[in-house]
Amino acid sequence: MVRLITHNLLACHAKGCTSNNFPLAFSNVQIEIREAEFNPEFLKNFIPKVEWNALVDTARQLGDTSLPLEQPEMLDEEFLKSLHHVLLEIHVEEGVMTCPNCKHEYPISNGIPNMLLAEHEIG
Amino acid sequence: MIPTPDLSHLTSTDYEHVYEPAEDTFLLLDALEEHAGELKEMAPLTCLEVGPGSGCVSSSVGQILGSSTLQTVYLCTDVNPHACKCTRKTGTQNRTSLDVAKAFIDIILFNPPYVPTLTEELVDAQELRGIEGSWAGGSDGMEITNKFLELVGDLLSPRGRMYLVALKENNIPEIQTRMVNRFNLQSTIVLSRRAGREHLSIICFHR
Repeated sequence: MVRLITHNLLACHAKGCTSNNFPLAFSNVQIEIREAEFNPEFLKNFIPKVEWNALVDTARQLGDTSLPLEQPEMLDEEFLKSLHHVLLEIHVEEGVMTCPNCKHEYPISNGIPNMLLAEHEIG
Repeated sequence: MIPTPDLSHLTSTDYEHVYEPAEDTFLLLDALEEHAGELKEMAPLTCLEVGPGSGCVSSSVGQILGSSTLQTVYLCTDVNPHACKCTRKTGTQNRTSLDVAKAFIDIILFNPPYVPTLTEELVDAQELRGIEGSWAGGSDGMEITNKFLELVGDLLSPRGRMYLVALKENNIPEIQTRMVNRFNLQSTIVLSRRAGREHLSIICFHR
């Protein structure tokens, strides 16, 4: 499953591609929304692990504009619900993730991203 | 007793392509169960399994930590596409969302291909992306494990721990000493067991 919580952890790992290699850009996506149980404590603990700008940009690419550009100081319920939806309920089932630096394409099929590189691309 | 994850959705056809849980898997499950209290107390946010095969081990961690409320993100990565599919199904079956996937990880699980083989055999097995890749370990059975051990220092969070399955022939004392010297990672042997010809151990690394 490629949820945005996973996408936020993925960087390009092709040979020599070590800067500006995150976040991978989505294109040609098919999205499914699946409800997940809301756990505000988990979200509060997870926020420090999130690359905020990458998350907001990616959510906007996928048409979700519910998150503020700046991470808010006050974590109210409305904000946490938006964050919950963006991180955990949007599933990219099909599509492509492209490295912003080297343009390597990682395809997603049946919700499984193929992060494997060819032999000559391995660093 | 933590019940073994429900694998009833997997068939003998699946096990032609994906490693079927065996003694090494069960030893790792037992080690994790032995640490159940510590793992719950740790309340990990992220858990990464490399080479999950059937998805049995990550699902078991999901059961230990309680999968009724979401509290941990499980990342699973496998070179074998059949294994990715099986892992996904096993997660669903056991109510643990297993995301198949540059982060600090709290728990890393690795049951590597640890059987000593010729290097050529390992290279062929990895290229086939099939079940052979689950055991063929090359020289000393350590060629894949060594590649991964180089990355662990960067992946593990400050409070993180990694569980590794190893064979006596892999030279466990050497692995332990090397990880201290290179990455300042301490380790303990959680469990050891003889299974047929294999003398298996579970090593737990931490900072």
